[in-house]
Amino acid sequence: MIWINAIVQGLLLGGLFALFACGLSLLFGVLGIINLAHGDLAVLGAYVAVALLPSVHSNALWALLFVPPMFAIFGYVSQRTLLQRSMDSGPLTTLLVTFGLSVVLQNALQEGFSADSHSLSVGSLVTKAFHPDSSISISYLRLGILVAAVIILVAVQLFLGGTSTGRQIRALSDDVEAASIVGINTRHVAGIAAGIAFLTVAIAGLADGMYAQFAPTSGSQLLLFGFEAVIIGGLGSLWGTLLGGCVLGLAQTIGAQVDPTIGVLVAHLVFLAILAVRPSGLMPAAVEA
Amino acid sequence: MTEVLLDAQDVTVRHGQLVALHEVCLHVAPGEVFAVVGANGAGKSTLLRTLAGLHPTPGRISFDGEDVTTESAHGRVRRGIVMVPEGRRLFRSLSVEENIRIGQVNARPGSWDVAACYDLFAWMGKRRHERVSHLSGGEQQQVAIARALVANPRLLLLDEISLGLAPVIVQQIYRVLPTLLEQGISILLVEQDVAQALRVANRFQCLLEGRTTLQGTSADYTAQDVEAAYFGFASKDAS
Repeated sequence: MIWINAIVQGLLLGGLFALFACGLSLLFGVLGIINLAHGDLAVLGAYVAVALLPSVHSNALWALLFVPPMFAIFGYVSQRTLLQRSMDSGPLTTLLVTFGLSVVLQNALQEGFSADSHSLSVGSLVTKAFHPDSSISISYLRLGILVAAVIILVAVQLFLGGTSTGRQIRALSDDVEAASIVGINTRHVAGIAAGIAFLTVAIAGLADGMYAQFAPTSGSQLLLFGFEAVIIGGLGSLWGTLLGGCVLGLAQTIGAQVDPTIGVLVAHLVFLAILAVRPSGLMPAAVEA
Repeated sequence: MTEVLLDAQDVTVRHGQLVALHEVCLHVAPGEVFAVVGANGAGKSTLLRTLAGLHPTPGRISFDGEDVTTESAHGRVRRGIVMVPEGRRLFRSLSVEENIRIGQVNARPGSWDVAACYDLFAWMGKRRHERVSHLSGGEQQQVAIARALVANPRLLLLDEISLGLAPVIVQQIYRVLPTLLEQGISILLVEQDVAQALRVANRFQCLLEGRTTLQGTSADYTAQDVEAAYFGFASKDAS
């Protein structure tokens, strides 16, 4: 039964990884941006909650009401200004700009909040769990994060497939110039896509803050897991992202079940093995409905 | 409405050191078909792309009397300048109907809608849920035309619509043009096939290495005259 528990915990952890990877996948799939600041943006989201919640004991679930919308606007503005300008200069510039943004965010957070770790309080929810079996424990918080990841991925898919703006985003991911030719305001639509990606990264950052401790430099580790989930699933594929997150989570918890010190190592090794066997990922696809 | 729908003056386009277009001038009147002919690399597609807003130019482009030189591509679509690009450029992740509907995002008000396109191209409605990658080249070209029509254009820019298609398919596509003209749409088309261009156009302009070598009314010139200009054997002639 302990192996079943490891699998359950792996799937729950996979939800968090998928949440991280969702925005990364969307930005890459639609705009071709490899956002090296993705993990730091998630950490920034958690710190915004720390800064704006009335006290450290306030329930961080309230932050879900204001941090993601703030990040959606931040994403739109960033795309229309910083990212669009860098995209106009070529993909290498975009890579450098997002790397620079990552460095700036880490240093700004250290300056503002010190290098100490923080966490977001969710009251007793952090310890509440139900036990379908004596050896299986399912945390309500972790389950909530997995459900949130699935809901967000389904919502993004429905948005891309069932709305006019979603179709425009998909058209943009296929051919930017042709999108412009048919009358799409490509910069505005790219801004909306970035807004959605930033919204999801804010939710991921808040979820991570509720789940574990975070510090200004935590973003690099989060980025690594996000990247691995995206690459395992297949670049630009949202459903692949969920699968990638789950594979990564399973590898980590099953590895940890064998030896608690090698969980993360096993996850990275599984990533490398999949990259070697299926370089295009398990579910390679463009962002499409 | 002015007598000149589109007026382009001194259109020059550079790609780095290369001058792709050198002070090209043309005008299109309402209700006419105007053809731009020339060999590969003559600058025809660059001209159309510039008129569609994809290349900046130091010249002046006005549409219906208003200066649109610096207007964005999507802004020009809103005014009624709509292009069917070379190679169709359909969105591969979208279905036939989604490809057409995407043409409505910045459409002018008008009679062209998805249903009207299905009337024009009878096969399309039955296959509207298929991915465009499943269609033949001719069918894809018709979807590209439908996508442009639902924007309710006043001026349709057709870039090499016969390229890579069987002659019988080309004839099918060209048979649609009279219907478009009846609806008040003016057409500026780019063609390598001189005979085909002269058959459908009221006036034409021949480009060679980015410069105008011949222009006039189709009735005044034979295909041989134009082909001579096409290869650089004739001097520029005012219409």
